[in-house]
Amino acid sequence: MPSPAPSRPTAIVVPDETALVRMEGISKRFGGVQALSNVDIELCAGEVLGILGHNGAGKSTLIKILAGAEQADEGRIFIEGKEATIANPADARKYGIETIYQELALCGNLDAPSNLFMGRETERLGVLDKKHMRKETASVLDRLGIKINSLDVDVENLSGGQRQSISIGRAVYFDARIIIMDEPTAALGMEETRLVIDLIQQLKRNGIGIFWISHDIHDVYAFTDRISILKGGRNVITCPTSSCSQDEIVSMIITGKPPASFGEVEELAPPAGALAG
Amino acid sequence: MNRLFNQLKRYPLTWIVLVAFMIGALLSFLSPFFFTVGNFTNLMKQVSIVAILAAGQSVVIISGGIDLSVGSVLALSAVVTGWLVINGVSPEIATLGGLATGVLAGFINGVVIAKGRIPPFIATLGMLGIARGLALVITGGVSYQVLKPFFLYIGNGKLLGLPIPIFFVIATYIAMHFVLSRSRFGRHVYAIGGDEKVSRLEGINVERRKIAIYTISGFLSAVAAVVMVGRLASTPPNVAMGIELQAIAAVIIGGISFAGGRGIVLTSFVGAFIMAMITNGLNILGVSSFWQQVLIGLVIIAAVWVDNMKSARR
Repeated sequence: MPSPAPSRPTAIVVPDETALVRMEGISKRFGGVQALSNVDIELCAGEVLGILGHNGAGKSTLIKILAGAEQADEGRIFIEGKEATIANPADARKYGIETIYQELALCGNLDAPSNLFMGRETERLGVLDKKHMRKETASVLDRLGIKINSLDVDVENLSGGQRQSISIGRAVYFDARIIIMDEPTAALGMEETRLVIDLIQQLKRNGIGIFWISHDIHDVYAFTDRISILKGGRNVITCPTSSCSQDEIVSMIITGKPPASFGEVEELAPPAGALAG
Repeated sequence: MNRLFNQLKRYPLTWIVLVAFMIGALLSFLSPFFFTVGNFTNLMKQVSIVAILAAGQSVVIISGGIDLSVGSVLALSAVVTGWLVINGVSPEIATLGGLATGVLAGFINGVVIAKGRIPPFIATLGMLGIARGLALVITGGVSYQVLKPFFLYIGNGKLLGLPIPIFFVIATYIAMHFVLSRSRFGRHVYAIGGDEKVSRLEGINVERRKIAIYTISGFLSAVAAVVMVGRLASTPPNVAMGIELQAIAAVIIGGISFAGGRGIVLTSFVGAFIMAMITNGLNILGVSSFWQQVLIGLVIIAAVWVDNMKSARR
């Protein structure tokens, strides 16, 4: 294994003050199962943080806590340095957190504007303002360079990538600063995945922070800035993606331990070894 | 021009209105008594009660649910109205009492479905028994006579040359069409019918919407009861038995998908009208009412068949 060891530790530094999201000491128990124990995670503006781990590693639970779908038993959440209370999905939205789900969370029987504004429809004098919603949808999709044949067709007639783009358009339109993507490309083909990834790059440039939860090492390796690996509900490591090889990442996911060459890293980031013991 | 034609082709009302015209034309061809002002006035009166119930049922079915209790709630509302009248309450206030009864029954349906997580089929099947039973308990099984001018006017009066029940139908359909197509609530009805889980994730208060949906259906059952009391000038507790199935059939024949999330409420009126035309026309032609049931059954299946073919092309 090639080990460009000297370059590794330097890239770890994440300045606390400017962190967009900081989740601190998060623990969550479901009945007899400890889903998360004392997990820390940080996300900066304009960064894509990959969250990796096996099924049951706790990545979905962690992200659901941030999205307001679950509540942590212990731990605190800071958004831009201020402590946040997130009791439900509506609270999360107030903090500018939007979630994009794997299963393409749109109503297939409705058109793009109806889906983009779902639950937040605009009204004029108590009447749906369809014109406004249509115009705004066209403009946000246009801004993101998303092409859709017609805004009037039901979205079930669109491709998976186009539909996922509408979800992303929705997040952008409602000024999300933090986007959680839960396996966003799992239901997509290769070209469509490409489309979504291009959008992610745009969002990054606009200073939006993105949590990217995935099983797909290739995706993660290709365009996350940092990765955070969980195993058994504990942090294994958080490090710049470029500081380890794909093989090393896979090995950490499986063993839950950073490779020996990461010795220096342990001093800077809270290592899994210490917690697991 | 071409665009207009395409829009017309896609509009759900177009095809079913054509079907209604074809049936009407066929029946007028077969009998000279069918296409007369007198018969059409009669037809509109006959269709009014089922049409009003079908409007409420449309909202419920578009939301992905079903309301089996509309006939029983109609009867209970009628009986409450009658009971108030024979106890000296003015007909107007008694009618309000009947409307309140329908609203309450629908509200209870909604709460049981939304908060109790009981499937609509079961919850409203329960209400079908409860409301009918209460109607029988209140009256002891007898029918109240309510020969008041107020009711007689609603049942037999005319306005602008048209029978009063027609105005109830028109008002119901205009209101429901507006609510479904132009309000935030209506948009949520379609969203919930399309995908309830997604609706919830996107921040729609599904429970509250469901309570409102079934309350509307209960209210419209009570509106139908007003027309019913007017026409009968009495409130038999066993009135409108099985009418919920006619209302559901009208919705389905009109082309609203039973799977939810699709369709417009206006087609249900046409569906109700087609059923009434078939019954009325075959009566005029002297065809036995037994055969009429067979024919309506076939029409229901054909309507869903056509709907399936449309979905397959989508």
